[in-house]
Order: sequence, then C-alpha cells, then structure tokens
Amino acid sequence: MQTPEEFELSRRGVLAGGAASVATVTLVPIGTAAAAAPAAKSPPTAKVAFEVNGAARALELDTRTSLLDALREHLHLTGTKKGCDHGQCGACTVIVDGRRINSCLTLAVMHEGEKITTIEGLGTPDKMHAMQAAFVTHDGYQCGYCTPGQICSAVAVLDEIKAGVPSHVTADLGAAPTVTKVELRERMSGNICRCGAYSNIIDAITDVAGVKA
Amino acid sequence: MKSFTYERVDSAAAATAAFTRTPGARFIAGGTNLLDLMKLEIETPSHLIDVSRLALDKIEATAEGGLRIGAMVRNTDLASDARVRRDYGLLTRALVAGASGQLRNKATTAGNLLQRTRCPYFYDTNQPCNKRKPGSGCAAIGGFNRLHAVVGASDACIATHPSDMAVAMRALDAAIETVDAAGKARAIPIADFYRAPGKTPHLETVLAPGELITAVTLPKPVGGTHIYHKVRDRASYAFALISVGAIVQRDGTGRVALGGVGYKPWRVEAAEAALPRGAKPVADGLLAGARTTHENAYKLPLVERTLAGVLAQAKG
Repeated sequence: MQTPEEFELSRRGVLAGGAASVATVTLVPIGTAAAAAPAAKSPPTAKVAFEVNGAARALELDTRTSLLDALREHLHLTGTKKGCDHGQCGACTVIVDGRRINSCLTLAVMHEGEKITTIEGLGTPDKMHAMQAAFVTHDGYQCGYCTPGQICSAVAVLDEIKAGVPSHVTADLGAAPTVTKVELRERMSGNICRCGAYSNIIDAITDVAGVKA
Repeated sequence: MKSFTYERVDSAAAATAAFTRTPGARFIAGGTNLLDLMKLEIETPSHLIDVSRLALDKIEATAEGGLRIGAMVRNTDLASDARVRRDYGLLTRALVAGASGQLRNKATTAGNLLQRTRCPYFYDTNQPCNKRKPGSGCAAIGGFNRLHAVVGASDACIATHPSDMAVAMRALDAAIETVDAAGKARAIPIADFYRAPGKTPHLETVLAPGELITAVTLPKPVGGTHIYHKVRDRASYAFALISVGAIVQRDGTGRVALGGVGYKPWRVEAAEAALPRGAKPVADGLLAGARTTHENAYKLPLVERTLAGVLAQAKG
C-alpha cells in the first residue's frame, strides 16, 4: 500500500515508474518532467518495503531519506517527532523489530522487510496502550513534543529489562536487572524532555511495570 | 546531505568488490555516526554499501578459549552476552557507559571502533580542521579544548577518540580481523590499530581503503575484578572527560587503559608494573610526556584520582 504523497514534488511521481529493484544501484533515468528542468539532476532513489504498525508499506525514496522522514513525510505518521535530527534528543524513537532506535539516524532503505512500530501503532485515543494511559494519569509531559519518543522508549525499556539487558547502573552483571527508578532514569537518558517532566515520566513507567517505586 | 547511490550486499567478498568497483564508496552498518556526519556534509560518500546484514552477527568461542565477536554484533547484544558479562565484565561496563539505549541497539562492534572524534571543531564546517580538511589548520589548539587530548597529540590535531568500548578492548588485548579487496585476511592487535595524528590526522586507522572489519577477537579471560569508571559532565549519555578501564587481580597486579585522553584508547603496559604501589606511579607512567592546555590540564590529576578510586573499589 502506498499513500498519496501530496507533499512530494510532482517530478518524483513521474519518475517513480522508472525504478530499479531494491538493493541495487538505482540511478533513475532522466524523465520527461526532469528534462523540462535541465538544471536539476534527479537524485538516486531506491525501493523499500516494510511493515508499519501492522500494515505493509512500499515506497520509492530518495536514498537520503531517514526512516523518520519516511514515516512523517511519506506515510504521514506525524506522531513520531523530529527534534535534533542527530540522535541526541530521542524524540524520533520508534521500535523496529522489537528494539527502540533513533529513526533520524537510519536510512529508510536499510529497513527492508522489518517491522516498525510508531506511537500510532501502540494505541489510539480510544484504545490507549497501557504506557500511553499511564503518561496521561501521571501527567508525564507538558508540551508533549518529546512524548511519543518517551513512550516508545519506555515500552522498549521494560522489554529490555525483562530480556536481561544490563545498564550502566546495574550493580551485578551476573543477576537479572530489576525495574527501579535508578534503572529507569539511566535507561531513559536518551530521551530529553526540555519541560522537565522526568519525575512524572518515571512514575508512569513504574506504574506500568507494576512495581512500587 | 549529498546524494548517493545505495546497495545492500550479503557477503564480505561482495562488500569489498563493491568498494573496488565504486569510487567514493563507504560501508554503512549501524550508521549512527556516519549518517550524522553525512547530514553535516563532513562525510560525503557517493555510494553506500550496506553491510548491516552480513552474517557477522554471532559471538562464538575460539579454539584458544576466547571469543570471536562478529563485526555486526550490536553494542546491546555484546553487552548482554552471558559470556561477556561473566568473563569480560570490563567490556560490558564500557559498552553500557556509552551512548544511549537507542544508539546501542543500532551501533555495531566494528562501527564503534571506527567512530570519529567528537571535537566540536571537526563538527563545525566553518572552522579549520586538519582532520576534516587536511592542511586547513586546527581550531582546537588555542580554542575551546577542555575536552581534548593530553597525550599522543600533535601540532596538527589534539582530538580524542570517543569510544568507551575501545578502552575495554585495549585492556583486554583484542585483535581486529579484517579482509581486504583482494580477499586477504589479517588480524590487527588493537594496540596497532589507530594511527597517531602526526601531520596526517585525517588518517585514523591502519585499515587500507576498502578493507572491511569482519570480527574482533578476545583472548581467553584473565579473571580479576573488572571496573570501568567514566567521568563525564552528565550522569548519563555524555562522552567521557576521562575514563579508566581496569582489571585488577587479587595480588594488586593488573591492567589499565584510559579513554578521553588521546587519539586512541591509551594503555602503557610498562606503567602497569607499578599497580601494586598505587595510582600515582601508574598515572605518571601512563601520562608521561603529556602536553596540556590551561583548559584540559585538569585531566592529569583527574586520571590519577579516578584510578585511585578504581583501585580502592577493586580492593573491596
């Protein structure tokens, strides 16, 4: 399924027919529209197909497109936010094949066949994910801009602790890590909140984890 | 970002062949450093060879009793491996002291070793930088250099290597296995892997163009107490001002490597003989010949005091 790309320049739509296969060098031939504007040489594109929030998606993208821009500008899933665009703030955090990553620091075309979950895929306003509900209950935000990234990160953090992934504050590397405030603060340090809602964010996560913080 | 063509390869041989075929190509795996630099047009490859799906993502026992870590093993997976946590705790400690959970999920073992410096002048394309633009000068010398090298630097560059993982690898005597475009394999001791800046700070490792890291091997475990102490401006998610990675045995002997002080993880084996006598003689040996600025001179006492803390912790 490919959504209409109304943000796109019309030239790309014309060129989309001349695509080569995935994972090959894909120099798009100069098409009719491009010939009308000779100064602009078409940037290379590549095809990619992946699953986003349970739905199959196929795109042909400028190879430079980050996963973040593919989600926001091409699939119009604008819940995932662009903060720094350099992997420093965590606002763009999504879950890919069960792991949280910075979607700004990865190319969309590198995710062939993978399963991507964004904030829209965790829950809806009518049927919120437990972590979304807990952020509401505990007031885990002020402006809300970092919130989608915080929530995706928080969901994955609890899975990481369950899977036994150690952190900088895990005292005993031979023992399973546990959900504590200290562990959560360390593990959430890649998600910056300029409003400073950190303490309520930690309350929300401990609530979902079912532990008394 | 400059435009580039892209291909995905499924073998090391295909990767090096693609490099030979395509001038201006770069390998990409986790991409967390390369893409960051490409956005700033500090790196401008015309072609990316995606090696992230090579079957180099296993951690296996070696015949010598050590471990062979595939180049594509993610930092999270390496830190979590039960054998690494048990026998090479220093490596787990260093890994989880670096970056964020999100970045460790993407970053690979090979890519971590090949990280480029975090010198702010390297990142600022309006400033001269011999590493970014050879011959343009060094804005860090005489500039804001609180974060910069105190050992091994040159008049052309005072940048530090940012990796925590590499500090542990150096203390553990890791070797880096590679294959070149002709298919020739070699193993490079990590002690010989990074090049001193000299007059050519843009050349950072001994890797030849197109030479691909396939694995990192660790010798058999040496026991001891493993401690990684990283000193940074924030409690989490910040690069090291300095770090101390140490393996200390019951009799007080051991090994020490430093991060944040030079162009490579810094270890001076001869200095380690003094470990039973305490931090000062070891720090003196490690930092012999140090050249400091008024902004980074604090690193010398900080190394000694952090090492003293580490040795006290090792005694329990």
